[in-house]
Amino acid sequence: MVLEVRELSMSFGGLKVVDQLSFGVARGERLALIGPNGAGKTTVFNLITGVYAPDGGAVVLEGNDITALPSRFRIRRGLARTFQNIRLMAHLTVLENVMIAQYARAPGIGALFQPVGFGRSNRWREEARGALANAGLESYASQMAGGLPYGIQKRIELVRALLAAPRVLLLDEPAAGLNPAETEALHQALEAIAARGVTLVVVEHDMQFVGRLCQRVVVLNFGVKIAECAVAEIHRDPRVREAYLGTDELAA
Amino acid sequence: MSGYLESVLVLLAINTVLAYAAFLPMVAGQLNLGVAAFVAIGAYSGGYLSQTYGLHPVLAALAAVVVAGIMGWLVAFPILRTRGIYLALATFALNQVVQGTILNLNVVGGASGYPVPAHIGFPVVATFAVLVVVAVVALFHTRFGISVTAVSDDERVADLMGLSVRGLQTAAFTAGAALAGLGGALYAHHFNYIEAQNYGVLFSIYVVLYVLLGGTQTVYGPLLGAAVFTLLPELLRGSASWRYVIFACLIIAIMSLRPQGVLLRKAWFSK
Repeated sequence: MVLEVRELSMSFGGLKVVDQLSFGVARGERLALIGPNGAGKTTVFNLITGVYAPDGGAVVLEGNDITALPSRFRIRRGLARTFQNIRLMAHLTVLENVMIAQYARAPGIGALFQPVGFGRSNRWREEARGALANAGLESYASQMAGGLPYGIQKRIELVRALLAAPRVLLLDEPAAGLNPAETEALHQALEAIAARGVTLVVVEHDMQFVGRLCQRVVVLNFGVKIAECAVAEIHRDPRVREAYLGTDELAA
Repeated sequence: MSGYLESVLVLLAINTVLAYAAFLPMVAGQLNLGVAAFVAIGAYSGGYLSQTYGLHPVLAALAAVVVAGIMGWLVAFPILRTRGIYLALATFALNQVVQGTILNLNVVGGASGYPVPAHIGFPVVATFAVLVVVAVVALFHTRFGISVTAVSDDERVADLMGLSVRGLQTAAFTAGAALAGLGGALYAHHFNYIEAQNYGVLFSIYVVLYVLLGGTQTVYGPLLGAAVFTLLPELLRGSASWRYVIFACLIIAIMSLRPQGVLLRKAWFSK
């Protein structure tokens, strides 16, 4: 297991948003985390990345318990993420935005004061430029990130996460708000990322997208895992139908 | 060079240093209204060292940088626990505390001011100012520049990207305090007389205005702001007693035309 959560619990006030949740992801696997709105999916990402400290349980990355590891050190261990509501730095250019993530690969005081702005062929700047070009975003490189269209910002966020060279990538609703063509392009991009051996954990509502990309699904409802199965079996699970559609008795 | 021109250029040089002292915390998202406190600490500690121990004034100025920097670093810990308007209020309070303390320190003259006999001439003041501009511009061509902007834009994401949010905020605040100390020590040794009454919050607000006028989006904004605030009143000298009225109207006009500051940026570095 490259990433494992063990009996993770988290409460806000008296409300249990994640309750005794356990699941694991194998190296190179693509796992989807699904569930109705408010099921606690983003909270799980926040617990894995250290935004919140869990009330109980453990997060284990490549065999190391990282539950107590400060959040900023986790990206250096190969754990990167994107955000449900896009969070690019509005006062930096697109190029600078993606360059931020490079720091995770070579952190420290020396790296912080390394010039990246002078000279024609700075290694880090060229790499970031290349990554943007690969994603077809080179024409946006010197624009400020704040005013760009939603779909473009989503792609920039993905490039940024990748420049941290993650081994595990957490994607929070990557296809939300994208049109069919953009969703298809995203699918291609994620397939290419997965082909390089990056493990993907995806929170997503678009089940067609999940069905094509992922192999396995963990279903959450009110913070509790109600199912864990192969993508193809998800529609047959009665508990999942109940969580999404309500019970038959009520309908009858 | 005429004495008048030289005195204007000295003020320009010192104001430039002070503008960068306010700029550094501001790009990290901190509205520091306590700049004058660190200017006072630099002026008095530098003056005290050259006066009492006969230290060479340039060495005294460098020592003042260290003293102000250490003070900045120490107060950064409680002050940076606050955010936004509360941080501005905390630095405002710091300014009052430092000013009040110096007013009661008889060893440096208290309320009657403090003469600093050792002199630093225009060429040295100008050299320091040029070095400060070059150093800050260079700093904003390193990863520090984008990192500190990232921290002020979105602390949570900056942290998740592996940046030490608290470390960068402390560094920006401390470096700003150190530069303010330099400005203070240069002023003390050039004009040879300092008064704690001058280092009130109004002084801090003025310095912050330099930066806001020039703009916080580019590293050259503070330079422009300091130049406008130093040179414009001089250019309006012909209109005698009305010059500050005209000056204020011009500042309001500029601010309403460019609320983000005069200089806008495309990038810390473009190509």
